Amino acid sequence: MSNFWSGWVIVIALANILGCVWLIWWASRPKKGEAAKGSVTGHTWDDDLQELNNPMPRWWLWLFYITIVFGLAYIIIYPGFGAYKGTAGWTQTGQYEAEMKAAKETYGPIFSAYAKQDAEKLVSNKTAMDSGRRLFMTYCATCHGSDARGSQGYPNLSDNDWIYGGQPEQIKASILDGRRGAMPGFAHLGEKGIEAVSNHVMTLSGRKADADKAAAGKTIFEAQCVACHGADAKGNIFIGAPNLTDKTWLYGSTKAHIIQSVTKGRNGVMPAHREFLGEDKVHLLSAYIYSLSK
Amino acid sequence: MENETTYNYRVVRQFSVMTVVWGIVGMLVGVIIAAQLIWPSISFDLPWLHFGRLRPLHTNAVIFAFGGSALFATSYYVVQRTCQARLFGGRLAEFTFWGWMLVIVLAAITLPLGYTSGKEYAELEWPIDILIAVVWVSYAVVFFGTIMKRKTPHIYVANWFYGAFILTVAILHIVNSAAMPVSLMKSYSAYSGTIDAMVQWWYGHNAVGFFLTAGFLGIMYYFVPKQAGRPVFSYRLSVVHFWALISTYMWAGPHHLHYSTLPDWAQSVGMAFSLILLAPSWGGMINGIMTLSGAWHKLRTDPILRFLIVSLSFYGMSTFEGPMMSIKTVNALSHFTDWTIGHVHSGALGWVALVTIGAIYMLIPKVFGKEAMYSTRLIENHFWIATIGIVLYIASMWVSGIMQGLMWRAVNSDGTLTYSFVESLARMYPYYTIRLVGGLLFFIGMLIMAYNVYKTITGPSTLHASDEPATRTA
Repeated sequence: MSNFWSGWVIVIALANILGCVWLIWWASRPKKGEAAKGSVTGHTWDDDLQELNNPMPRWWLWLFYITIVFGLAYIIIYPGFGAYKGTAGWTQTGQYEAEMKAAKETYGPIFSAYAKQDAEKLVSNKTAMDSGRRLFMTYCATCHGSDARGSQGYPNLSDNDWIYGGQPEQIKASILDGRRGAMPGFAHLGEKGIEAVSNHVMTLSGRKADADKAAAGKTIFEAQCVACHGADAKGNIFIGAPNLTDKTWLYGSTKAHIIQSVTKGRNGVMPAHREFLGEDKVHLLSAYIYSLSK
Repeated sequence: MENETTYNYRVVRQFSVMTVVWGIVGMLVGVIIAAQLIWPSISFDLPWLHFGRLRPLHTNAVIFAFGGSALFATSYYVVQRTCQARLFGGRLAEFTFWGWMLVIVLAAITLPLGYTSGKEYAELEWPIDILIAVVWVSYAVVFFGTIMKRKTPHIYVANWFYGAFILTVAILHIVNSAAMPVSLMKSYSAYSGTIDAMVQWWYGHNAVGFFLTAGFLGIMYYFVPKQAGRPVFSYRLSVVHFWALISTYMWAGPHHLHYSTLPDWAQSVGMAFSLILLAPSWGGMINGIMTLSGAWHKLRTDPILRFLIVSLSFYGMSTFEGPMMSIKTVNALSHFTDWTIGHVHSGALGWVALVTIGAIYMLIPKVFGKEAMYSTRLIENHFWIATIGIVLYIASMWVSGIMQGLMWRAVNSDGTLTYSFVESLARMYPYYTIRLVGGLLFFIGMLIMAYNVYKTITGPSTLHASDEPATRTA
């Protein structure tokens, strides 16, 4: 803040507060020729509206003075007068950092102890799993649901079916650095091509489909889709291409859903939590999520 | 029979009736969204009925349609009576009525359609903002023009408050709504980031301070002494609390942005001035309630006076609660919780609506040339139903708000949060239900009022309202 604006804030804040004090003093003064205390001032409006010349209640004046003194003291102790920092040296950033530091000192060791144990061991530790569940409820449930069963576009974490792999280390990697499941759109295949390939995809999971269209779709699938979903259509955990031969459908299993996925593509984003939660907490969290499908 | 020698009661009548109509509409929307918080499916998956679109419709309808109409009606009445002058500007007053109604209708159409600037209590898009500015400036011309041509030597205290409200709301609205239009119904704020937030809450809190406080104190300063038949308690107090109130309110906005990207100094100054605001706010309550000294017995028989005095009690409560909630440590608990909703409604229902209802009950017979309201018994019933409704509403929101705040910050021995957000939400249902009942009672009270007003207007006349002479001997 420049000196000008700092000075401006100081001057008008003080002028307003001291102006209130002056106002009380000015209004309390007896004025020449005024009505006696407790009688009407002598002005009348609309037939019968009058005002009494009563003094301001003493208790109310004290209340006013106390808040003025408190207000002034507050902006002397805390930052308030423009760029002046305040005698206490308080800042909200400082308060935040102090609270985070204290939390780290108190709770950090709990999680760093868990981080030294492998997931298989943590899974049988009830206290650890309770902590993990509470972390899940705070950070994961918003998308994956309180029961971890996900919803359209948000994977079910309790079914032992994994897009990016279900080993503790793989789950940990998903949480630490996030995932981007990008399926490009294939609108260029044209309505007929998309219809054909969607019919073929239906047959991959053993469902009924139009045989002629599915046959035509198979050719397209082998040219366009196998690069990610694999020749056996079982997907690829390294790029998060889903297995198309099972009953798990992230974006819906009906033909309409499949057509939409093929036409417009899909963009799934799991945000990274490395910076936000730190590795120790993510370790426990991944053990907890691992436990859900055990 | 209306001519230059009589007061313009026509516009007062129009705004008075619309106060009741918009009160019913706005509060009905409030009841609907309160029910949606219990049964979200009440939106029927229709975007127009979504909570996010109906909530601004509710706030705009109760603040600007119901409250605004009450302020127009009473200020036009009070300024004429206390200045002994017909409204200035000829048909300009009529323009403010139709203009304001147009603003409300446009709001009722565009908000459910999803047109919004995203600024709380200033959601309307730029073409409507311009219309508001034009109507508001016309309002100022009519009001101050009437003050200028007054036949009384002094300006009555109610008019100071109305004047401050009209002037300041014009400035707040124009500054905060400054935006760059990109199409007919889309614009971007002239400010960005933290500055935009600060301008918004400078507007937002002063909308409370000037629209919902100063304006309604104007109502209080005329209708309380009139109905009580007693002089205003203290002239000195009115001078001090007026100037202190309007100057300190200007600073209080930053308390809406505690612990945010707003610089520390602005947060501190906002909190300090919010605390200093307590005494100036209470000045109005003291002056109103103490006006009754020597006439307390009237409260037993006069439900209109009871509306006015109980409104001042709620005013005192919420202006005590406000400064407390502006303290950073308290705000850290209360912010984002239902406590804020409870606080707002103790002011909106308890103060703004009750003082309005009392004033309208006084005004309707006067401007329609009737002896009195059709039924005092119904006013009595309205009073109790409304008061019980408010108590249920604010008490349930206090409990649920403080519970939310405590649940959200509760941590276990390992530092993890004790409750997930959904768990806190599940605990809210009983309180949301009590709140719905409270709101419903308040709404039913408004229906009783509408019936009473209808019967009064269509009942037998005792005198012709427009025969009131403009010049009287004081």
